[in-house]
Amino acid sequence: MLARGDPFMRKTGAQILCESLIREGVEVIFGILGGALLPIYDAFPQYPQLRHILVRHEQGAAHAADGYARATHKAGVCLATSGPGATNLVTGIANAYMDSSPVVAITGQVARPFIGKDAFQEADITGIMLPITKHNYLVTDAAGLAKTVKEAFYIAQTGRPGPVLIDIPRDVQQEEAEFVYPDKVDLPGYRFISRGHLAQIEKATKLINEAEQPLIIAGRGIIISQAYDELKELAEKAQIPVVSTLLGIGAFPGNHVLSFGMLGMHGMAYANMAVQNADLIIAIGMRFDDRATANTKDFAPYARIIHIDIDPAEIGKNVRVDVPIVGDVKNVLKATNKKIDCRNHPDWLFQLEQWRYEHPSLEIRQNDEVLPQYVIHQICEATQGDAIVVTGVGQNQMWAAQHFVYTKPNSLISAGGLGTMGFELPAAMGAKVGRPEEVVWCIAGDGGFQMTIQELATIAQEKIAVKIAIINNGYLGMVRQWQELFYQRRYVDTKLWNPDFVKIAEAYDIPGIRVKRRDEVAPAIYKAMDYAGPFLIDFVVEPEEDVYPMVPPGESLAKVLEMPKPEILETPKPGAVSNY
Amino acid sequence: MSNTKHTLIALVEDKPGVLNRVASLFRRRGFNIEGIAVGRSEQPGLSRMTVVVGGDSAEVEQVRKQLDKLINVVRVSDITEEDIVARELALIKVNATASTRSEIIQIVDIFRANIVDVAADSLTVEVTGDEDKINSLFELLRRFGIKEMTRTGRVALTRGGIA
Repeated sequence: MLARGDPFMRKTGAQILCESLIREGVEVIFGILGGALLPIYDAFPQYPQLRHILVRHEQGAAHAADGYARATHKAGVCLATSGPGATNLVTGIANAYMDSSPVVAITGQVARPFIGKDAFQEADITGIMLPITKHNYLVTDAAGLAKTVKEAFYIAQTGRPGPVLIDIPRDVQQEEAEFVYPDKVDLPGYRFISRGHLAQIEKATKLINEAEQPLIIAGRGIIISQAYDELKELAEKAQIPVVSTLLGIGAFPGNHVLSFGMLGMHGMAYANMAVQNADLIIAIGMRFDDRATANTKDFAPYARIIHIDIDPAEIGKNVRVDVPIVGDVKNVLKATNKKIDCRNHPDWLFQLEQWRYEHPSLEIRQNDEVLPQYVIHQICEATQGDAIVVTGVGQNQMWAAQHFVYTKPNSLISAGGLGTMGFELPAAMGAKVGRPEEVVWCIAGDGGFQMTIQELATIAQEKIAVKIAIINNGYLGMVRQWQELFYQRRYVDTKLWNPDFVKIAEAYDIPGIRVKRRDEVAPAIYKAMDYAGPFLIDFVVEPEEDVYPMVPPGESLAKVLEMPKPEILETPKPGAVSNY
Repeated sequence: MSNTKHTLIALVEDKPGVLNRVASLFRRRGFNIEGIAVGRSEQPGLSRMTVVVGGDSAEVEQVRKQLDKLINVVRVSDITEEDIVARELALIKVNATASTRSEIIQIVDIFRANIVDVAADSLTVEVTGDEDKINSLFELLRRFGIKEMTRTGRVALTRGGIA
C-alpha cells in the first residue's frame, strides 16, 4: 500500500472544518444542530477552544453572527443543518449581505448520493442563497474542505465584506482526507482595489480645496475600514461639517462640533438642509440608499460629488458622481489628507449652526407619560454614551439613531439595508459575546421583539448580559405612522395584542420591570445597569408618537416635515415610483 | 441613453453553477438575455461566455460591474463599441419537395450556407454569420415552410490584439 502522508494528519471532514475554523481565529459559533450536522457536532468536544452557542432558531444564529462580526470586525460564524435549518438562515444572511457584514454561514447538506433526490431535509441552499451571498460553496469532498474554508473567510472579510456560505454534505463530514491548511488563496476572479487612483485623489483634493460649502456624508465603509482618525483629520483640517447615514453613525463622534447628525428620511432637518445647500459632497463608504437620499432627482442640487467606495459597482449606481475614487476608505483618506489645505468655512458653518438653532429636530416635549425619545435620551445619559446600541427596524430604530449621542466608534449596530424586524435581540447577543467588556443595549419594538423572542432562552442559558429596552407602543409603530400620515389614520392590522413581557422575561429567568411613568424611566435604566446579568425593561410608551423629522416618500430632502403633526398627507398613488 | 443591444464577453471559471450565477444576476437586475453562448476558452479551466442584452448603457455598465464582482468571473467586458468579429450558427429545417429543392439549394449557395441533412420532404441548412444574415436567410426560406429552427446565440471576439 502506498504511503498516504502523515497518518496523524488524516482527519475527517468534521475535524478538518474545526481545525480550519481555529486557524481562521474563530472563537465562537452560533448554531443549532440537526441530522446533517451530527458528525461536526460530534467533533466539537475535541476542540474546546471553539465555543458553541446554541440558539433557538437559525435566524437568531445568523443575526448573532452578524452582530458579532460588526462589533468585533472579525467574521461571525453561524451553523445550521440542512433543509429548514438552512432556509431559516436566509433572512439573517440577506441582512448581512445588505449591510456588508462578514458572516460565514456553514450548513449541513444531505449526503452526496442523496443530493438532487428530494431527500429528507434537503434544500438547494446554495441556489437559494445565490443572490444574497458574496459567494457560496457546495463542498464535494473532504480533501477540498480546508481550501474552501480558507477562501470563504478571505472573501467574507476582504474588499467589501459580505456573507459567504459553505454547504457541507453529511458524508463529506465523515470522509477522511489529509489535512493541510493552505497559507494563501488563489482566486483569479476576485480582486479589490485597495489604494485609490492618484489622479482621482488629485481631482478630489482640488475640489475640496476650492469648495466654499463642503459636506462629508459618512457611511459604514468608514467603520468597516476603521478610518475614524482619518475622517476626523479630513473634517478638522479642512473644517468640513459631517453628516452620516444610519449605518455611518459611530464613524464620527456625535458630540463633535462639526457633527450635524444623520441625514435622510428621518434625518435631522439641518443635516438635510446642509445636503441640499452644499456645493461639494464628499460621500465616504456609503451607497446612496433611498432612505438617505430621498428623491435622487433633487438630491444635493448644487453640489459636485466625490464618492469614495471600495466597490466599483456602487459608483454611479444611484446618483451621478463627479469624482469617483475606488479604494479602501482608510487608504484613500490618508492620501487625500496629505494633499488638502487647512481651510475654514466660517459662513457655511455659521449657517449650519443657524439651521440647527432654527430647526431643533431633537426637542423632546414635556409629558408625564413615557415618551420613546425620552427613554433613549435617558439610556444615553445613564451610559454616558459608553455603550453599544443594537436595533432592528422601525420607529424604535429611528429614535435610537436620533436621540442617543454616539461618541464612541462603531457603537450603533442596526438592521439598515434590509430593515429586519427581529435583528435586535440576537444581534445584541452576538455583539455582547464579541465584546463582553461593553455595555450592550438592545432597543426593540414590541413587534420586532416578538419575531426572535425565543433567543431569551439562549441569553439565559449562556448568561449573556444584554440590557433589553422594549419601546412598547402596542403597534407596529412605523407602519402605523404611515397609515396615520398617508392612509387617513386607517390602522389596518397594526394594533398588537401583546403578552406581559416582564412575565415572559421572568419565565426565562431574566429579571424585568415595566415602566409606565416618566419619573420611573431613569431609575429602571440604572437598575438594569446595576444588575450583573441580562435585564429587560418594558417601556410602555405613548402609543401614537411619531418619528420626526420626516421626509415623505417620493419627496426630496428639502421637504422635511417637522413637529408638530402636519395634517394628513396625500395617500401615495398607486404606480408612484417612490420606494415606500 | 438609448436602448441598444450590448455584447458582453466574460471569461469565467469552468465550475458547476457558474452559468446560473451569471444568468441570475441578469434576472435580478431586470435584464432579458437575448442570447447566451458558453464554451471552453483557450485557457484550461476557463470558459468564455458571450451574452447579448438590450438596455441603456448605464444600466448595462451597472450589470457589468456586478458581474465582475462574481468570484467565478475572471474578467468581463462590454465590447459593443469595439471592433469585433461576431458570429452565430443556426440550423434550419425547411420543407422541400422535388419542385422546390433546387431553388432552396440555390438560396443556400448564395448565403454560403450548407445543407447538412436531406430527407424526402425536408432539407436541414447550417448557416453561420451575423444575426442579419441568418435573419435574411430565414425570411427567404420561410415561404417554403420552416419545420424547425435552432440558433446558438452570438459568439464574439474583439479584432486584433487581446481585449
